[in-house]
Amino acid sequence: MTQRARNWLLVAPAGAWLLVMLVLPLSVVFVFSFGERAPSGGYVPAFSLEQYANLPARFTAFKNTLMLAPLGTVAALLIAYPLAYQLAVRTSDKWKTLLLVLVIVPFWTSILIRSYAWIFILGGRGIPALLDIVGIEGVRLINTPFAVLVGIIYGYLPLMVFPIYVSLDRLDKRLLEASSDLGAPPLTTFLKVTLPMSISGIATGCMLVFILLMGEFLIPALLGGGKVFFVGNALVDLFLQSRNWAYGSAVAVMLIVIMLVTVTLYMRLISRLNVQHDDAPLM
Amino acid sequence: MRIYAVCVYVFLYTPIAIIALFSFSAGRSASQLEGLSVQWYGRALNNPFVMDALGNSLFVAFVSATLASVLGTLAAVGLQGIRGPARALFDALIYIAVMIPGIVIGIATLIALVTVFGVVNPWLEAFWPGSAPAPTLRMGMGSLIAAHTMFTLALVIIIVRARLAGLEGALTEASADLYATPLGTFRQITLPLIAPAILAGFLLSFTFSFDDFIIAFFVAGSETTLPIYIFSSIRRGITPEVNAIGTMVMGASLIMLVVAQLILRRGQKR
Repeated sequence: MTQRARNWLLVAPAGAWLLVMLVLPLSVVFVFSFGERAPSGGYVPAFSLEQYANLPARFTAFKNTLMLAPLGTVAALLIAYPLAYQLAVRTSDKWKTLLLVLVIVPFWTSILIRSYAWIFILGGRGIPALLDIVGIEGVRLINTPFAVLVGIIYGYLPLMVFPIYVSLDRLDKRLLEASSDLGAPPLTTFLKVTLPMSISGIATGCMLVFILLMGEFLIPALLGGGKVFFVGNALVDLFLQSRNWAYGSAVAVMLIVIMLVTVTLYMRLISRLNVQHDDAPLM
Repeated sequence: MRIYAVCVYVFLYTPIAIIALFSFSAGRSASQLEGLSVQWYGRALNNPFVMDALGNSLFVAFVSATLASVLGTLAAVGLQGIRGPARALFDALIYIAVMIPGIVIGIATLIALVTVFGVVNPWLEAFWPGSAPAPTLRMGMGSLIAAHTMFTLALVIIIVRARLAGLEGALTEASADLYATPLGTFRQITLPLIAPAILAGFLLSFTFSFDDFIIAFFVAGSETTLPIYIFSSIRRGITPEVNAIGTMVMGASLIMLVVAQLILRRGQKR
């Protein structure tokens, strides 16, 4: 057996698996999105753009997703960056690893369980009850966009901290010393040295979080109480409740298209930033 | 700055602590602590539905993680020698597998398999040999394992390939120069070197499969996994029993994570 044949034989099982369980299902979704709903639910073959024309009926789901996903990503970034900076630049090597692991551990436990904990905290007997004692009454937190945002930040913070930490950890700390020795105030050092050097970490973190948020279902389902719903929640409704496969497929295709477009635009933007950074005389 | 970091850690661990705390409640309320007891742990462990769901989750996680580790490792090794458009296509598939939201994977797998089964089942019935009734294909553990394996397979390929890329070619070349067969080289040189990555891939796959709710929600048919059980319990109203289950699941995930870390670190030292 030639080397070539052997390589193909090794790759074949995984390739076949991906073909049957990834390519086939996605193709089916694409084909079904041009079909029609059967009277009893399910799918009837057809070729119409009717499902796509009906997409505005689910406008709210797309609107919520496209507002809360970027908002959640930016909020997670703003909270994660100072922590990553503190860990990578200001913490001694002895504590670094342990503290970083402590950030990542929650991410590897069930997001379902971690999210429902917020039902207690934001629910009637949680923070609103505490605010009541201080004299602020009638605050409703659970089942609001705010609750969903908190859940999002909480769920995906570790995923944001990690890549930023890695990029800041790689940063040569002597550059920071050099900058301050040359008389730059701390803010200038941060804006001209630290921030540009950590762009790649920020870019990775934002992309990971954004991609996962676009398909989010659990957090809005648990903390949004049916009032704040994402495309993911619309999909569950369409496939499991109303069994409208054709329309659901069109919604799914639209979601993927939006993701592809935003991620591509985003990558363009980032690579342009990186080019500028490489041109900088510092390197 | 330091105070800020402490605040973030409090933010990260308060919800976990609250669940763990309430799971020890002696009362019936899930959100109030009325004395301490471990009765809810006993309830959970004696609840046949919980145990059934746990068994299903462990079985699916173990089988899909094993399949993914074996097939993923083989593919990662094979891919080293493949170039050109075929390689680009395969890389694109792996990229798509990890990028597409779990919910889309779930619905896509559901409608594709239901459609395929709808075509295959009448054929099976018509052409099944012998007098025994023909088997009916339906959504269940099999489809769930297949779907989880698809995603975790991509994970394992990514992890093992990173490790393979870091290996020095000199060792395998030396082995070949000394007339070792390709299989011998693989078994005695490559495999021990990438073993930590394979194990890490296995444990990550296991954790992913065990914690997955959204794919299982669509693909598991009438079977219940632990996350599905927890989700439907939350929908019915949270009880201290759910808190106890959640605490145990988080504890188990934590142990898995520590084990994975230890294995990976030992691999790096070697």
